[in-house]
Amino acid sequence: MDASDLPDGIREKAENFKIRGSSGKVNIALSALPRFTGVPDNPYVNRGGQAFSGSMETLERAYDCWKQGRWSDDPFVESVIPSAWDPTVAPPGQHWMSNFIQYCPPQLADGPWTPEQRDRFGQAVIDKIARYSPGFKDLIVHMEVRTPHEIEQEIGLTEGNIFQGELTLDQLFFNRPFPGYGQYRMPVRNLYMCGSSTHPGGGVSATCGANAAREILMDLRRPNTVPEDDFFDE
Amino acid sequence: MNAPDPFAGERPKLSPFHPRLLALNLREAWSAWNGYKFAEYYYDPEYEYFCVRNRVGTYDISPMQKYEVKGPDAEAMLNRMVTRDVGKIGLNRVGYTLWCTDEGRLIDDGTIFRLAADRFMLTCGSPCGAWLAKSVFGFDDVTVTDLSDELAALSVQGPTSCAVLKRMGLDGVETAKPFDIRHFDFKGSRLMVSRTGFTGDLGYELWVSPEHALAMWDALYEAGEPYGIQPYGEAATNMARLEAGFIMPAMEFNEALKTIHFEHDQTPFELSLDWLVDFRKPHFSGRSALLKEKREGPKYRLTRLDIEGNRSAEGSHIYRNRRCTKQIGYVTSAMWSPAAKANIALAMIEPKFLDGEMWAEIYYEKELRHYNRVARCTSRDKPFWAPARARATPAPDF
Repeated sequence: MDASDLPDGIREKAENFKIRGSSGKVNIALSALPRFTGVPDNPYVNRGGQAFSGSMETLERAYDCWKQGRWSDDPFVESVIPSAWDPTVAPPGQHWMSNFIQYCPPQLADGPWTPEQRDRFGQAVIDKIARYSPGFKDLIVHMEVRTPHEIEQEIGLTEGNIFQGELTLDQLFFNRPFPGYGQYRMPVRNLYMCGSSTHPGGGVSATCGANAAREILMDLRRPNTVPEDDFFDE
Repeated sequence: MNAPDPFAGERPKLSPFHPRLLALNLREAWSAWNGYKFAEYYYDPEYEYFCVRNRVGTYDISPMQKYEVKGPDAEAMLNRMVTRDVGKIGLNRVGYTLWCTDEGRLIDDGTIFRLAADRFMLTCGSPCGAWLAKSVFGFDDVTVTDLSDELAALSVQGPTSCAVLKRMGLDGVETAKPFDIRHFDFKGSRLMVSRTGFTGDLGYELWVSPEHALAMWDALYEAGEPYGIQPYGEAATNMARLEAGFIMPAMEFNEALKTIHFEHDQTPFELSLDWLVDFRKPHFSGRSALLKEKREGPKYRLTRLDIEGNRSAEGSHIYRNRRCTKQIGYVTSAMWSPAAKANIALAMIEPKFLDGEMWAEIYYEKELRHYNRVARCTSRDKPFWAPARARATPAPDF
């Protein structure tokens, strides 16, 4: 399709859609279940998730780093240990820890991501966790570090943004992905969109698809078969 | 000197595993089964359910009733009592079976273990001694012994169950086929292991004398530690068995000998357990009534339902129309199934309506407000949960 076939301004709106990645991922194989300072050594408690945050200021400073094109050296880390619930995903007695990290930029201020910088980002995450879990570093068997750069390279998510578009107020709700196109219809007849770039955005699995299906049924003048009342909620 | 207990005989009996159960029952959530103190759950019912589905769980089945049936007439006597052909249960094999009144109404279900040509163990949920005593009448050479308090039993269920038993030292247990029985020497005693269970998953039941119960528990839990071993109670059992489509007394069926109202009990055909009734063998209790029922068709069929929405249809009536003017059945058990990702139920449905529309009228509560919805139901032929590992031999590590 030629760009000139599209209504005026739509291309500009699409190009202005902000999609900068902001999070990284560190998957760690561990030789044992880690223990955390202050958390009782209780199999029910230490199977839960952890959020290593710190103060509001810590979080704000972690975000400042991202704004300046650096990864945070005192990041916000959110972790789960799936093997604590399902031992079949790791060798007996061993574990794997999945860490979600904010913030980590898609491009660095001082040049492109290199493997060395990626590993230094991973090290910052390890250092943060180890502050709350003495002996943590000794448990590490293997690590997989993913910055937005790797996420884009490996999965194809633009700028490594796992929400397929930033979740800022100007591009949420009826303005997602951009004003005038919040109803899943593309400018071309019978072409629809869904996915995290559309309302209600990333982290709300499948809802965009259900919404889009409902709009399509409406256009086809078919009865709405998409569940929508509170009978289906939890 | 301690004063005698003025309520002696009234207090719940304690399972041979009780010291370990007590330590692990953080919530003190006890109920009772056949006079034994028995866990409804230990920590959280859903947590324990997920342990059974993802890891390995242990369920104390010591309160289950166990009877030894022994003697040259043992097989004939059992064959006269139950609906299945006991002759087809091989040595060191287990058979699931039913027994009925002369009217063909279900008394109970249970399992028969063939431990020798002339020696069996019958297990069931409720005491059955009186019915066994009646069933022995007319057979000269058979003795029935109640072993219920003389045998500790622990169900070990879940994907890592076989790996844990191997790690515990039960060499070759992985070669046991479903319903096989294996015998092991264990710390100077005999440990019987059957590949049986009530979860629909890979699993085993361990049978040991009460004095060795704690040593067995400790060895099992030591082996199971890296595999996430966890006790589970009645609540998690009920979730797992419903996904597997297994019937539960006082849910799917009312024991005939305890039922007062006419036909408020059930028959094997109503419970869709036709495969357990063997008319090729000679007379057994209920045979003629069941033959008549087979000819004329049962009044209900126990049916697996997949129901729209996620609100449990517990206690719902089933209708043939959305307006709910023509009732065709009732739900016996229902839940949201985490494994099947479906709103599932077992329901008794009048057979002539099985091919048509089915609607459940579901009442539910949300933060003290009451609502109701009418939800479409679809019948399903297969169990909601039947992983390949449950049948695979050799059993996989997970």
